[in-house]
Amino acid sequence: MPDVSQPDALIDLRAEFAGAGLESYLAGLEQELVGLKPVKARLREIASLLLIERVRQRLGYTTEAPTLHMSFTGNPGTGKTTVALRMAGILKALGFVRQGQLISVTRDDLVGQYIGHTAPKTKEILKKAMGGVLFIDEAYYLYRPDNERDYGQEAIEILLQVMENQREDLVVILAGYADRMENFYTLNPGFRSRIAHHIDFPDYDDAELLHISETMLARQNYRLSPAAHQAMQDYIVLRRQKPYFSNARSIRNALDRARLRQAARLMALDTPVRPEALMLIEPADILASRVFTQVPIADG
Amino acid sequence: MRITQGCFSFLPDLTDQQISKQVQYCLDYGWAVSFEYTDDPHPRNTYWEMWGHPMFDIKDAVAIMGELRECRLMHGECYIRLCAFDSTHTWESLRMSFIVQRPSHEPGFMLTRHETEGRNIRYETRAYVAEKPQGTRY
Repeated sequence: MPDVSQPDALIDLRAEFAGAGLESYLAGLEQELVGLKPVKARLREIASLLLIERVRQRLGYTTEAPTLHMSFTGNPGTGKTTVALRMAGILKALGFVRQGQLISVTRDDLVGQYIGHTAPKTKEILKKAMGGVLFIDEAYYLYRPDNERDYGQEAIEILLQVMENQREDLVVILAGYADRMENFYTLNPGFRSRIAHHIDFPDYDDAELLHISETMLARQNYRLSPAAHQAMQDYIVLRRQKPYFSNARSIRNALDRARLRQAARLMALDTPVRPEALMLIEPADILASRVFTQVPIADG
Repeated sequence: MRITQGCFSFLPDLTDQQISKQVQYCLDYGWAVSFEYTDDPHPRNTYWEMWGHPMFDIKDAVAIMGELRECRLMHGECYIRLCAFDSTHTWESLRMSFIVQRPSHEPGFMLTRHETEGRNIRYETRAYVAEKPQGTRY
């Protein structure tokens, strides 16, 4: 720890960085999250900013709590919630939130059903999120411009007030599709001015999704046979063209179904199976997907 | 007469900062903190009015202190106590309770003697404020 009482004492930022335990969070981010390069770069930037901010606070250069509210935009299944969880860890490590819990909510958790129901409900959630991070998924549903008597407005007002007055107690992260969030901010300028960091989550490409599916399976002690590997590659290409494609989430669902088919296939066998067979996903488990059957054959 | 009950009651009243630290201690153990208030200071008055529900799943003392602030606004001249409930199996009761607000003036109690059969005496404590109807006592 550098001696801060001397004005020219040098500050070893690397040591600060290591001291906060940040490296483990950021390294974990690099390892466990596939792709998302711009997001990781932004997170590193924010982490550095917060680290500098912390040193500045210690030296007395700044006294105000920085605005840390964030906006995560991107398509479904691009890892917004996962990154928010990491963010809570980073903020905790740097001491910008005290407890570091992540409370993930949607409109239903904040907005009530009748007059007088919204404020207590919103306050209840805010109390739970105090000292941590409040993650509002699909935040644009809070505001319904078509219904002027919608109770969402009330929740928004309470949120804005807390975001402004209790900046040191709570960090709010709003998440949703990019275009609808943009519209939401235009209609609620109060939010835009209170949010310091906008992070855009790009879609995964096919190779990244394949990598994701492998890590997902490895975590559950499964693996793809070489032929299944190829089948999965084809699956991803086809699945992307289907409606309701939601990146990693679609892959997770596909793998859950593949496991289901694998179990059914193994149960149908008359002979005893080797233990390795329980870990192996075969092409048949993937190729049975509707994605393959509904696509017209290219040459026919 | 200063009412003493619960933890810390022989100490000077805790400051908000001290209360906040005690609350954080409770929360770190996963106890559910709640507030209760009353204007009947009698020592046998066990069941006070609840201020909302016990607050489960709260991580940070700031949320609890906000609730205390609201309770004080509504019940400025009342006793308010903080209770920390431990829901752990086999414990399932309060682990800590202390007074976080008291009225500005505490008139104390009157001791009355009832002479009964023989030369027996029954004692009764009555709070001076209990003469007045509830809600107008302090």
